[in-house]
Amino acid sequence: MWAALRCVVMRDLTLAMRRRADVLTTLFFFVIVVSLFPLGVGPEMDTLRLMGPGVVWVAALLASMLSLGRLFSGDYIDGTLEHLVLAPQPLTVLVLGKIVTHWLVSGLPLVLIAPLLGIQYGLSADALWVLVLSLILGTPVLSLIGAVGAALTLGLRGGGVLVSLLVLPLYIPVLIFGAGAVDAQVTGLGPQAHLSLLGAFLVPALVFAPWAAGWALRISLE
Amino acid sequence: MLEVVDLACERGERRLFQGLNFSLKVGELLYVHGQNGSGKTTLLRTLCGLAWPAAGEVRWDGAEIRRLGDDYHRKMLYIGHLNGVKDDFTAFENLRVTGQLAGYADSEERALAALRRMELTACAELPGKVLSQGQRRRLALARLLLGDSKLWILDEPFSALDVKSVEGVQTVLSEHLDNGGMVVLTTHQEVEITSRRARHIHLGA
Repeated sequence: MWAALRCVVMRDLTLAMRRRADVLTTLFFFVIVVSLFPLGVGPEMDTLRLMGPGVVWVAALLASMLSLGRLFSGDYIDGTLEHLVLAPQPLTVLVLGKIVTHWLVSGLPLVLIAPLLGIQYGLSADALWVLVLSLILGTPVLSLIGAVGAALTLGLRGGGVLVSLLVLPLYIPVLIFGAGAVDAQVTGLGPQAHLSLLGAFLVPALVFAPWAAGWALRISLE
Repeated sequence: MLEVVDLACERGERRLFQGLNFSLKVGELLYVHGQNGSGKTTLLRTLCGLAWPAAGEVRWDGAEIRRLGDDYHRKMLYIGHLNGVKDDFTAFENLRVTGQLAGYADSEERALAALRRMELTACAELPGKVLSQGQRRRLALARLLLGDSKLWILDEPFSALDVKSVEGVQTVLSEHLDNGGMVVLTTHQEVEITSRRARHIHLGA
């Protein structure tokens, strides 16, 4: 089972490295969206500090969604998705491998660059730490939930728009508690409660989302 | 042994065929004939478990294939219309990944042997996107030689192949049948595979 997981992760990472432009698009989208706000709103530090966490989180949400289209569609179009479904390995594990890679490629870079972008919003060092922590816990949930949406809309016309309609409402709790964690740190309440809740989203998502996405893939392939 | 009991398949809302019964034993070859749209591909996808039958059952050694799940997938290999060749992987990598997914520890040796048999050694290090249609088809068919699946389900295996490659694939299929394998295939080409037991079903007739 671990061998299968590792095989899918290595396969998708190699593919992503050969399509670096796709990976960088997501990252640049995130950087640009976050950087546009200070330009539009003006350099009022107090306003920026207030909206910083929310802006970073909304941008992370959109960036994560932007890359969802690539999660299964490449494999669907060239037929390798049929190989995955018919491989003598548990489909849940293979799908989990694809989701892990999706996070490594499109979630982790956002986490790493977020502190740099947070500086634009005048966030303190402590707040930046909490921002990174909340993103580490929250972005995998985005990839997991998004995978179910991507699998359900596979092969549909206008699937890109449909996946946003399906997935964005489900992202709301993650957004509230992710941005809330940083706010709580800034206002002195302490981020523990929010971070615990993010962790509490992550665990069931990790268990159920790959399984649900696997079934959605089976249905989409029929 | 593959058994099909009272099978009916639908595509959209349309009933393609119903009441289909047949069984396939060791060393047997089954040709599926029918016009375009008669449900050949749907039948093949139902046999491998990608599509749900509208009624009836597909059984392997007496058990329903969906209940068998991965145990059935280990014994069966499906090659559909799509070649399943990754443009960004080399021919060798494509086969190696397939071998790893099937759980073979020596997938590299198996991949090289399969490439050699399909006369693709010269393309081994070329990425999928520069291969011709015929080479991609041969690469897809090379998956047959990777492992030891018993049942091969092939949808138009000879499309885009030149005469020499068709002969090569025919030999591969005959050897598989001689070694106690089973083959289900559709083809529009007049390809005769030397086998003691070839059977035919006609869909939509």
